[in-house]
Amino acid sequence: MFQIDFGESSETVVGIDLGTTNSLVAYMDAATPRVIRGEDGDNLVPSIVSLAPNGEIVVGNPARQMLIDRPDRTVYSAKRLMGRGIGDVQDELKLFPFRVAEGSEQVVRIQLGEKQFTPPEIAAFVLRQLKKNAEAALETQVTKAVITVPAYFNDAQRQATKDAGRIAGLEVLRLVNEPTAAALAYGLDKRKKGTVAVYDLGGGTFDISILKLHDGIFEVLATNGDTHLGGDDIDNLLIHIALEDIQSEWGEDLSIHGEAVQTLRRAVIAAKESLSFLPSAQMEFAFHGKTYHREITRELFDRLITGIVDRTLGPCRDCIRDAGVSVEQIDEVVLVGGSTRIPLVRSAVEKLFRAKPHTDLNPDEVVALGAAVQAGILSGTLEDNLLLDVTPLSLGIETMGGVVSKIIHRNSTIPASASESFTTSVDGQRNVLINVVQGERELVKDNRPLARFDLKDIDPLPAGMARIEVRFLIDANGILNVTARDARTGKEQSMDVRPMYGLTDEQVEAMYKASIDNAEADFHARQLAEVRVDADAILAATEKARQSDAYTDLPEEERQAIAKAVNELLLLYHGQDHLQIRSKIEELNAATMTLAENMMNAAVKGALKGTKL
Amino acid sequence: MAAEEICWKCGQLFSGHFCNACGAIQPPAANYFDFFELPPHLNLDAAELEKRFYALSRRLHPDVFARRSEREQRYSLDATAVLNDGYRALRDPINRAEYLLKESGFDIGEQKSNPVPPELLEEVFELNMALEDLRSGDSDAAPQLEDARTKFVAMREHIDRDLSAKFAAYDESESRELLTEIRGVLNRRRYVRNLVNEVEKALSGYVPN
Repeated sequence: MFQIDFGESSETVVGIDLGTTNSLVAYMDAATPRVIRGEDGDNLVPSIVSLAPNGEIVVGNPARQMLIDRPDRTVYSAKRLMGRGIGDVQDELKLFPFRVAEGSEQVVRIQLGEKQFTPPEIAAFVLRQLKKNAEAALETQVTKAVITVPAYFNDAQRQATKDAGRIAGLEVLRLVNEPTAAALAYGLDKRKKGTVAVYDLGGGTFDISILKLHDGIFEVLATNGDTHLGGDDIDNLLIHIALEDIQSEWGEDLSIHGEAVQTLRRAVIAAKESLSFLPSAQMEFAFHGKTYHREITRELFDRLITGIVDRTLGPCRDCIRDAGVSVEQIDEVVLVGGSTRIPLVRSAVEKLFRAKPHTDLNPDEVVALGAAVQAGILSGTLEDNLLLDVTPLSLGIETMGGVVSKIIHRNSTIPASASESFTTSVDGQRNVLINVVQGERELVKDNRPLARFDLKDIDPLPAGMARIEVRFLIDANGILNVTARDARTGKEQSMDVRPMYGLTDEQVEAMYKASIDNAEADFHARQLAEVRVDADAILAATEKARQSDAYTDLPEEERQAIAKAVNELLLLYHGQDHLQIRSKIEELNAATMTLAENMMNAAVKGALKGTKL
Repeated sequence: MAAEEICWKCGQLFSGHFCNACGAIQPPAANYFDFFELPPHLNLDAAELEKRFYALSRRLHPDVFARRSEREQRYSLDATAVLNDGYRALRDPINRAEYLLKESGFDIGEQKSNPVPPELLEEVFELNMALEDLRSGDSDAAPQLEDARTKFVAMREHIDRDLSAKFAAYDESESRELLTEIRGVLNRRRYVRNLVNEVEKALSGYVPN
């Protein structure tokens, strides 16, 4: 017998790098991953979202200007808030101009003008833009994607990313860790065997992963990182210094001026970027007629950021230890993320790993390219490659006295599972509560709560007689799935799941529907624009025809019919009903039929005459 | 080895991860030795285990089933979880022995409820005194702890040699009495390992002036 592939389709699966600062989309062009550019020709879509005063959502480069003009309606670096509650983000709020709305305990809500959005909705706007760019470039519908996340993202942050995809109308086939994706992009046609370290310092997150390559299998041995460490921190440090300078020079505290801080941010970023290849840079800033100027040398810059760069080294050492390898065994180091352009970062990495890091691929693009490779693997076009990733954090359950019992250890290859047996402690007890946490600490309170599972409707039995088998399974996306079974009856055990952070499925669904309504509005606007283009064309052609002899030769009633059709089209032209406009175009088209024929005949006659000459 | 079962898809008999007749992926075997199609031995060829792990990963991983039916995707996820869990358990000799004991119906004692092995009572008592001294700032205890560490590390190495011999003997005889003995040695090893960890923690936290 032969094997049949069910549901196989040739639909393009795109790979998306949903970054803190910039986002990209890529696809597999035969066997080569390629980044898709936007209409503006830029490979990067800045992860900036703005709500224009007319209610329109603006994403990417156009939103960049809004960041300065309307900081109250614009958000950037929202990835820092993904999957987090208000309690988690207090530090971020001091540094970033996030306007957090009421009711942000489980999910942060960001105020943009008069509306509120959760981080997954903000991310969905960026994803929708990438989807649009891909659809325009590939000339086909795109509904499936692989999206990358920082390797050190926890369950809630991963779930939030998946939710964002859903809200944007994308089926997320896989979440891939960013450093692993980078290794995939690098390793495709490179070495067959070896050990590789990927150092990924982006806008807002830091990851380090160590992989073993084995004939097309990319096996992650260990990963470590900090989900709140990146280029943003360098920017904030420089902004802070500049603000203090300005305060002493001008006697004015600009930190409360959103517009001033954003302008300053631009100046700081420009200086930071040029310091990657120049020995010194000028930081220039003008506000309300005053100017601030300061020269920063590479030496000073290095001294300022040493603390930030050093914060990446501890996780690197831990990762090497956890991978069970020595520094000498690491054959190659790959640099990923825009912040790895900084010379101090490069030299720190080189010193730690005692190897010159690889930089052949554009560090901004490499993650998206790797996501496209994974999309190719999932579509079956790249059969020899396989990614085996790990879970970055241990999974534990609460036991007596608030102590954590680890059931799946960090750096376990995923999918990974663990089964635990639970029972009752009181006669006739009907419910058992399981508190699941993520993290490495001994006590529940020091770890991150993940969810509470309430096993309910347990058969009333004497204490200790019930036996509920609970299976915890971390899937290939790094997301926890839990199932429970009554071991006596073999029946599935019902339970309530209360995620501690994040959106419920119902909320995600509602957001998706709302976004479809918005998409319909977009669609409508496009149809209206298209029909007006057609109307413009026929109106212009008619106007021109009215100057011709053929028009003068027409019978009076035909000329009147044409005038009537023109007037009716003009009347509806600025209306909102594209179908009505379309029907008036048809009417004008019909009314000018004879005129067009006559003009054609005249033209043919003229042409024939011409041949006689 | 895995028994013959009936394929969910075509109804034919099969054994292993895939149906011989129609090629459909099957629900995974729960026992790790069965899953890897290896004998339930305490000494395993690490290279062979790794080879099987990679080969099975290529065939079972969810990436390979991304375009298949929901049911096949579920089996692939379950099978890969068993594959990874099993590889973790079997690749380390101690974990492997504990797994085999558990599968053979032995209760693997939790470290907290472990009584002090009688022959270690006196040394543990002295060690605890020294640890107490060091924690309260008495640096004279440091050399004594260094000695203790050397002694316990040597003890652990001795235990490992003993285990290795017992593992080989078990693989020959598959005798239950040997498993009981092995369980005793494993408990002792765990106790000694915890002592080593504790001493190392105390010494690494202590900075000589």
